[in-house]
Amino acid sequence: MINDFSPLWISLKIAFFASLITLVLGVAAARLVCKTEKAKHFLDGLFTLPMVLPPTVTGFFLLILFGKNSPLGRALGKAGINVVFSAAGAVIAAAVVAFPLMYRSARGAFEQLDPDYIACARTLGMKESKIFFRVILPNTRPGLLSGVVLSFARSMGEFGATTLLAGNIPGRTQTMALAVYSAVQNNHKEAAMRWSLIIVVISFLAIFLMNRTMKRYQGTEVFSGALFRADKSKRSKAEEEP
Amino acid sequence: MSLEVQIKKQLGRFALDIAFEHEAGVLGLLGESGCGKSITLKCIAGIMQPDAGRIVLNDRVLFDSGQKINLPPQARKVGYLFQDYVLFPNMTAAENIRSGMRGTRAEKKARCKSLLSDFYLEGEEDKYPAQLSGGQKQRVALARMLAADPELILLDEPFSALDHFLKMQLSPGMHRLFERFEGSILYVSHNREEIREFCDDVVVLENGRPVEQLDIQTLFSHPRQLSSAKLIGITDFLRLEKRADGRFGIAAWDTVLAEHLAVPEDACCIGLRPGAFTLEKPQNTALSQEAEYLGYRRKGRRSGLFFALPAAEREAGGKAVIQAEIEAPAGEEEKYKAGERRRLYLAEEDLLLLEK
Repeated sequence: MINDFSPLWISLKIAFFASLITLVLGVAAARLVCKTEKAKHFLDGLFTLPMVLPPTVTGFFLLILFGKNSPLGRALGKAGINVVFSAAGAVIAAAVVAFPLMYRSARGAFEQLDPDYIACARTLGMKESKIFFRVILPNTRPGLLSGVVLSFARSMGEFGATTLLAGNIPGRTQTMALAVYSAVQNNHKEAAMRWSLIIVVISFLAIFLMNRTMKRYQGTEVFSGALFRADKSKRSKAEEEP
Repeated sequence: MSLEVQIKKQLGRFALDIAFEHEAGVLGLLGESGCGKSITLKCIAGIMQPDAGRIVLNDRVLFDSGQKINLPPQARKVGYLFQDYVLFPNMTAAENIRSGMRGTRAEKKARCKSLLSDFYLEGEEDKYPAQLSGGQKQRVALARMLAADPELILLDEPFSALDHFLKMQLSPGMHRLFERFEGSILYVSHNREEIREFCDDVVVLENGRPVEQLDIQTLFSHPRQLSSAKLIGITDFLRLEKRADGRFGIAAWDTVLAEHLAVPEDACCIGLRPGAFTLEKPQNTALSQEAEYLGYRRKGRRSGLFFALPAAEREAGGKAVIQAEIEAPAGEEEKYKAGERRRLYLAEEDLLLLEK
């Protein structure tokens, strides 16, 4: 029986903050890659790397970057922020590993958006920032949403980079994935099974709900008014009119 | 109101090299698909960048490759009506119209209201584009374009690929635009009927180059260029040649043009409109030719009499028999026997001398 539910809350908290960070950074990175021509392939490779590298390698680099011997680690230490072996480290590790999923989803969504929307908005005199928030973001919602869900699920399941950077401290950095590892090592098969099942259920639910939402988007027309609180029966009538 | 355009752009093997000026009213750009009409509009709007050239609108330089001026689309004050309107799907009709407006909230609201009523959109303001009919979408796009206060409006094939019924739905919006907008308009189309209906002047384009610029009446009555004549629907062309005595004649016929006609030195052929030939000799005959009666077809209370003119060299190369159809009252056909030879006349005002 599980008495201590802290790994569940820690996992959810880490996954929540990690996907929030990847959302902002992933969208920014996708915009950057869509806009640049010269360094496109280089940047794309760089941003996708954490997806294909072994998480332990990612974790190792993060450990060096944030460790006591690096300039960044020292600067943060002086400011009283300690990343290594802390919950913040777990969030950073999860965010870095999940980042490529968000970046790639966002990039795909931006590239699928008809460039005429942006060209038209420009001829109407809309500022670039307004175009981004009022035209690009709302009309790429399905793609961005799927990126968020995927990175949330990936953050929940993060193990390798998290162990290296944040360690496996019960009550502080021990997520469910780490709890399974500890339970197996200590021969608590039952606890390992329970945590595993909880992870399966949460991850499956996330993907399932995402697919259902996406289907609603695609059911009619991806960018139809249906998305934006319009009445379905009215719309189909309007479409029948020539 | 003035627009001065002079641009060059290389796109793969296609080279656009166009220059024209426009003072006021609606200027049509007429040409086959792929002749560079849309690229020209995109360069003027700032969506595409020309390789070289200069675009000046009402004394404001929008683009000048020499001075390295290239205003962003936002600063150009050029409205662009896209072929499929590209209304923002996440905004209602009213939000779409307000999207490019400047001013306070109250000003925007009032302006939007008057545009909605101008374009017959009252009651549709809260609908999303997916809920609007084709005609309504077009009118929202037109209202949205006017809301941004453009000095010049570009219309890119606004009626392309639409059947007649849909065109009827879209015409009111277009006429309303011409009524409400006082600046210049560029109208791109490959359809001569649309150009005739909506434009004051025309630039005829061919393979990325302007062929000629003239007013709409002249284009349809007396085009000077062969490609203009083709675009207004003339299909029969006879090649001209200069005879030894210095007079012009139809190649492969023994006919020469009337002596008093001023034929431009580089005239290459004459264009034949349907019904250009007559049986009676007109006062000012430009040319005449003997033809053979073939037969007739009944059209209502009239008959179309068919005559075969001798094989002539076509402009495109090769020889072909030219058929002339002459309309006459029904029953007239009984006066002719198949194989009978008659002289056909072409009046001076029906003679289209074309240059290449």
